[in-house]
Amino acid sequence: MTTILLVAERDQQGEISQASLQSVAAASGLSDAQITVAVTGEASGSASSLPVEKVVSISEISSGDSGIYEQATADVAALVASTNPDVVLFNKSDFGSVVGARLAFRTDSAFAADCTEISNASGSVSVTRPVYGGSALAEFEIASSPAIVTLRAGAYEPTSKTGSPSVETAAAGSADIRASVTDTVAEARDGVRLEDANFVVSGGRGLGGPEPFSVLTDLANALGGAVGASRAACDAGWIDHSHQVGLTGKSVSPDVYVAVGISGASQHMAGCSSSRAIVAINKDGDSNIFKEARFGVVGDWEKVLPSFLATVRELKA
Amino acid sequence: MTVRIVVLAKQVPDPETPPSQFKIDESTNSVIPPNGVPLVVNGFDLNAVEAALLLRDGGADVEITVLSVGNEFVMDAMKKPLAMGADRLVLVDDEGLDKIDSSATVKVLAAAIEKDGPFDLILGGRQASDWDQAHVTLGLAEVLGLPLVSLVQKLELNGDSVSLQRVIPDGYQAITAPVPAVLTITNELGEPRYPNLRGIMQASRKKPEIFSLADLGLSAGDLAPKLELKKLYVPESNKQVELIEGEDEADSGKKLALRLREEKLI
Ligand SMILES: Cc1cc2nc3c(=O)[nH]c(=O)nc-3n(C[C@H](O)[C@H](O)[C@H](O)COP(=O)(O)OP(=O)(O)OC[C@H]3O[C@@H](n4cnc5c(N)ncnc54)[C@H](O)[C@@H]3O)c2cc1C
Repeated sequence: MTTILLVAERDQQGEISQASLQSVAAASGLSDAQITVAVTGEASGSASSLPVEKVVSISEISSGDSGIYEQATADVAALVASTNPDVVLFNKSDFGSVVGARLAFRTDSAFAADCTEISNASGSVSVTRPVYGGSALAEFEIASSPAIVTLRAGAYEPTSKTGSPSVETAAAGSADIRASVTDTVAEARDGVRLEDANFVVSGGRGLGGPEPFSVLTDLANALGGAVGASRAACDAGWIDHSHQVGLTGKSVSPDVYVAVGISGASQHMAGCSSSRAIVAINKDGDSNIFKEARFGVVGDWEKVLPSFLATVRELKA
Repeated sequence: MTVRIVVLAKQVPDPETPPSQFKIDESTNSVIPPNGVPLVVNGFDLNAVEAALLLRDGGADVEITVLSVGNEFVMDAMKKPLAMGADRLVLVDDEGLDKIDSSATVKVLAAAIEKDGPFDLILGGRQASDWDQAHVTLGLAEVLGLPLVSLVQKLELNGDSVSLQRVIPDGYQAITAPVPAVLTITNELGEPRYPNLRGIMQASRKKPEIFSLADLGLSAGDLAPKLELKKLYVPESNKQVELIEGEDEADSGKKLALRLREEKLI
C-alpha cells in the first residue's frame, strides 16, 4: 500500500482547484494508492465528494500568513507526523512551492519540485521533472520516505470521478509566527484573466518598446483574450511583470497562443507549451519558436500584425 | 553597527544557451558544456547581490559576503559579485561536493553560515537556472530555524526588522520580518548592476576564502543524496510548423488569420 497525503487548494469560488483535481488523478494513478486529501477550511462542497479515502480539514490560511505559510507549514507537518504518509503531494503553486520545500527540510525528507510525472510502478517512488529551464527532463528515484512532491499544472487531466470520503478535522500545528503580511497591493485586472484566457497574444523583446503592446491589446480585445509577455519585455519595463508567461511567470493554456517577437527560450515555453496551437510571428526563421509552433509567419511584426488584426476584425464583424 | 549580509550564489551553465546547442551526455547524466559557453553566476543570485548593494546605496553600513558550495569553481564567473561591489567571496570547495543533491547543499551551506556567521540577512536568488527546484534557500531557513520570505522585490532595513515587498501574481504583499531573516530575491527587484572598471580591478585583487568539508566538520557520509538521478535527457520534439507565406508580409498576416479561422481556432 502507498499512502498519499495530498494537500489541496481551492479556486476563487472555494471549490477544489483544477490543479488539485489533476493531483488527485496523479495520486490515483499510483499503484495500491490510499489517498487522504487535506483541505484548508471546512471540507464542504466539492471537497466532500472527492474520489479518495479521507478528507481532512486543516485551518484556513490567515491573510497575515498567506505567502509566508508559517502556520500552514506547521499544520501540514503535524498531519504528516500523525499519519506518516509515503508521499506528500502539492501543486506547484505559491502555496505548494513554499510549504512543500519548508516541510521537506523540516522533516529531513526528499523534495522534488514542479514534476510532470510521478510513479511507483518499480516499487519506490520516481518522478520526472523538467530541468535547465525545460531544455531537459530528469528522472529521479526517491529512496527515502516520505517523498514530498509538487506537480506542474497541466501535467495530468483533472479527475472527473467522485466518491464519498470520510471527513475529519485535524489539530493545528504549533508555529512560531515571526514574519507577517501587513498589506496586499494588487493591481485590478480588467477583462479576462491571462491564466483563464482562450486566446493569448504575447510580445517579446522583438517589439522594441512599450508602445507596440497597444496593438497586442487591440488584438486581444478583438478576440476576447489577454496579453502576455516574455520576461525580456517585462524586465525592460515595457509591460508589468504580472503579464509574464513562463517558468517564473504565469502558465497559460489557451486555444491559440500568438508569440510576437519572442525567440522561444525554453523558460518561456514552459509557461505556454500546453496551448492548443502556438502561432509564431518572428523575423528570424531560425528562431527556436518555429520549432515549437504549429503555425508561423517569418516576417517583421510591424508588417504582419496590422493585417492579421484587420482580418481578424473582418472575420468577427 | 555593520549589518552582515551573506548572499548565496551558484555557478551554472549559461541559461541563455540556445536550445539547439544544449546537449546531454546520457552516459554520465550531465550537460555537455557547449563550446565557448562559459559558466556564469546564476542570474537570480546576481539579483540578490544587487539587493544587498541597494541597501548599501541607501546608506546602510553593510558587509556583503558571497557564499558558494561546489567544486571546480570558475573564478572569472564567481568574482562577478565582487566586481559588482560585494566585499568577500567564501567558497566551500571540495571534491566530495561534486555530485551532491540539494538536501546536502543545504547542510553544507548551513554549516558554512554557522562557521562564518552570524549574519543578519541571508539572501538567495528565487531559483537556480540549472535544476530549477527553487528550494535551497527555503530549506536553509528551515535548517537554521530563521524566518523566511520568498520572492522579495524590495527590501528596507529598519534596525531589528526588514520591510519587504513580496511578489504575488497581480501585485505584491507588504511584509515585515525580524532580523536575522532568510530572503529569496526575484528579478522584479531590477537588473543587477554592471561591474565598473574599479570594481573589476578590486575584485581581481581579492582572494576567495576557501573552506573544505573537513573545515566545516562534515564528511561525505553526511551528504548522502535523497534523490537519485536516474536519467537526464533532451525530450524529443516532433512538432512541424506550418509556415504561412503570402505575397508580402502583410498578406502573410491576412492569410494567417484566415488559416486559423479555417482550423476553427479563432
Ligand atoms: C531561471 C530562468 C527563468 C526564466 N523565466 C522566464 C519566464 O518565466 N518567461 C520568459 O519569457 N523568460 C524567462 N526567462 C528568460 C528566457 O531565458 C529568455 O531570456 C527570454 O524569454 C527571452 O525573451 P524574448 O524571446 O522576448 O527575447 P529574445 O530572446 O531576445 O528574442 C527576441 C525575438 O524577437 C525577434 N524579433 C526582433 N525584431 C523583430 C521584428 N521586428 N519582428 C518580428 N520579430 C522580431 C527576434 O528574431 C528574436 O527571436 C528565464 C530565464 C531563466 C534563466
